[in-house]
Amino acid sequence: MVNPYLIHPATIVEKIRESDDINTYRLQLVDEQVRARFRFAAGQFNMVYLFGVGEVAISIVSDPDEPAFLDHTIRIVGRVTKGIAELKSGDVLGIRGPFGQGWPLDEARGRPVVIVTGGLGCAPVVGAIESIFRRRTHYGPVKILHGVKTPHDLLYRERFDAWRHVPDTEVLLTSDQPDKAWHHHVGVVTELFEQVSIDPATSIVLMCGPEIMMRLGVPILMRRGIPATAIYVSLERHMECGIGLCGHCQMGPYFLCKDGPVMRYDRVAQWLGRVGV
Amino acid sequence: MADDNLRILPAAHLQRLLDTLCVRGYRTVAPTARDGAVVWETIRSVADLPIGWRDRQEPGCYRLEQTGAQEIFGIVHGPQSLKPFVFAPREPLLQIERSKDGFTARSTVPPSEKVAVIGTRACDLAGLVIQDRIFLKETYQDSYYAARREGLFVVAVNCTRALATCFCSSMDTGPRAHNSFDLALTEVDDQLLVEAGSIAGQEVLSDLFLPPAPESLVAEAAKRIDACARSQVRRLERSRLPSALYDAHAHPRWDTVAGRCLACTNCTMVCPTCFCHAVEETPDLSQQQTTHVRLWDSCFTQEHGYIHGKNIRPTIKDRYRMWLTHKLASWIDQFGISGCVGCGRCITWCPVGIDLTEELPALLTPSEQQSVINRQQEASGG
Ligand SMILES: Cc1cc2nc3c(=O)[nH]c(=O)nc-3n(C[C@H](O)[C@H](O)[C@H](O)COP(=O)(O)OP(=O)(O)OC[C@H]3O[C@@H](n4cnc5c(N)ncnc54)[C@H](O)[C@@H]3O)c2cc1C
Ligand code: SF4
Ligand code: SF4
Ligand code: FES
Repeated sequence: MVNPYLIHPATIVEKIRESDDINTYRLQLVDEQVRARFRFAAGQFNMVYLFGVGEVAISIVSDPDEPAFLDHTIRIVGRVTKGIAELKSGDVLGIRGPFGQGWPLDEARGRPVVIVTGGLGCAPVVGAIESIFRRRTHYGPVKILHGVKTPHDLLYRERFDAWRHVPDTEVLLTSDQPDKAWHHHVGVVTELFEQVSIDPATSIVLMCGPEIMMRLGVPILMRRGIPATAIYVSLERHMECGIGLCGHCQMGPYFLCKDGPVMRYDRVAQWLGRVGV
Repeated sequence: MADDNLRILPAAHLQRLLDTLCVRGYRTVAPTARDGAVVWETIRSVADLPIGWRDRQEPGCYRLEQTGAQEIFGIVHGPQSLKPFVFAPREPLLQIERSKDGFTARSTVPPSEKVAVIGTRACDLAGLVIQDRIFLKETYQDSYYAARREGLFVVAVNCTRALATCFCSSMDTGPRAHNSFDLALTEVDDQLLVEAGSIAGQEVLSDLFLPPAPESLVAEAAKRIDACARSQVRRLERSRLPSALYDAHAHPRWDTVAGRCLACTNCTMVCPTCFCHAVEETPDLSQQQTTHVRLWDSCFTQEHGYIHGKNIRPTIKDRYRMWLTHKLASWIDQFGISGCVGCGRCITWCPVGIDLTEELPALLTPSEQQSVINRQQEASGG
């Protein structure tokens, strides 16, 4: 019986500073067999472990076609993430995973794809974008709508710039509080919906970011005729195990660690708006 | 026609069963009464059993009393179900040591130990079946649970006396042990009806060379078990679950019950089915070694619903609602079965005597206040 609690050492081969409190860690599993077996889908996450401190759920942001290296973009918020930030390249973290359901990339084939993200919420979907662009012709037009609080919070600048040049792709950025150099939209991400044309009958929407963004954004998209069944959201809850056993990540009848984190909107609609669920 | 699996054992000879289990390599565990509390303890002798004692349970109240009779299994149950035998309250998952590769993690799955638990009630057996489902039959199998479960031998006792807090008959989980036991005993005065429910149970039974049970004993046992079922004063009406409880999300009764609840976690700790756990790191002082430990957790704690920057369930109302809704409603969607087995422990061990069999009907009765809220929500399209 494989033990899903077992943690595997992974070396930080590169640490990339994204902002004052955010770093991306490129990890490589130490054990060659474990590394060779490790396959993941965009939108899945790992439990990342810091020796003697604990584990946290972190999305895998790298391209699923290159599973030898696993990128994790981690914001410093508390005990574990603070400790991780002190590590440097060559140091070792632990990994368990990959866990959960990723983005519906097969279902998205042949269809226009609208990607709506807010803040660090774009992390879980970056791997999906890379994956789509690797097979660019298999998908319809791609629209990436990304909102940040301040320009300072804009991660992966080069990637957003590069994505602009991919054929049949639009990238729209917005910031709630712009600075002088900001030449994109000003306001919340849902305002960007008005700037793009979306074919409601065929498009598929991938959304992640703060829950409030989804609660406000989805109804707008639905008013434009996009069915709830074509909208996917990535959700966050406290996670201790990642394997459906610790009970913390429940949302109504779901365990977001295994039924999610990516969920089709119609399945979670009734729970999202509820206090205390 | 005599059923080969049904035998008779004089109550005075129960020691033979203990001895046989012992010979077969089992550690025998049974309820014992110590300082007014019933706990599971390793016993070697029938004399260690709380013979002649009974428990009285009421909302928020547990009492032991001596009856003067020679009843062996007079105590129905203590605070602990079978859960701690399979899902340990605290157990190391991994032993992690620094090494040249950074660290090496080793699983600390316990060796499977043969443990025979004597005196398990039908409700707790139903709880075990539910935990088996959660830990062994879902996407990921829990090796720690599996190891403990493998060595478990259950000697159930069919109930012939219900507590005031019992409602297993309305949950279809008791008072008769249905399956998943190895042996089941029914105490009928000075006789024990012994039934084998598994191959391991049949083996023990054949070691005992017991005569077949007379029809009269089988009939009397059934009669007493039925009487016990009928005597239950509490019940839970499940027909409208899970949806009716989901629909009661905005019911004002949640405020009333939350006003009483202390968020002490007792109800989840004594629950035979609650499986929530947290994972904790306990490094040694030199930071060279650390143990990755899991321990029971509860949705009544502040931390349970915490994510950075917000708490999903900041109020006691949120948490009581989480508990009851999970137990009685979402559990059904998750595992195809109710998370409640009707043992009544959460009623007894609640320091303020909150009783779910009272809360549920109240929550399922539409309130004027809630209809107003629903109308408002409809009006606002929410
Ligand atoms: C599916 C999923 C994917 C995630 N992906 C990323 C990512 O790509 N990058 C990133 O920076 N963060 C991500 N998070 C959030 C990240 O897990 C938390 O920021 C992290 O757990 C905080 O841990 P801490 O010990 O530093 O903080 P503390 O505030 O000290 O947290 C204590 C404990 O609470 C729990 N906890 C706290 N915040 C969260 C949270 N937001 N989600 C789940 N558990 C939490 C953890 O068990 C944590 O150990 C993700 C969360 C989930 C559920
Ligand atoms: S969420 Fe609460 S009710 Fe459900 S298993 Fe965990 S502790 Fe028990
Ligand atoms: S035992 Fe009673 S007081 Fe304690 S958490 Fe449960 S319902 Fe609340
Ligand atoms: S994180 Fe433990 S059940 Fe989902």
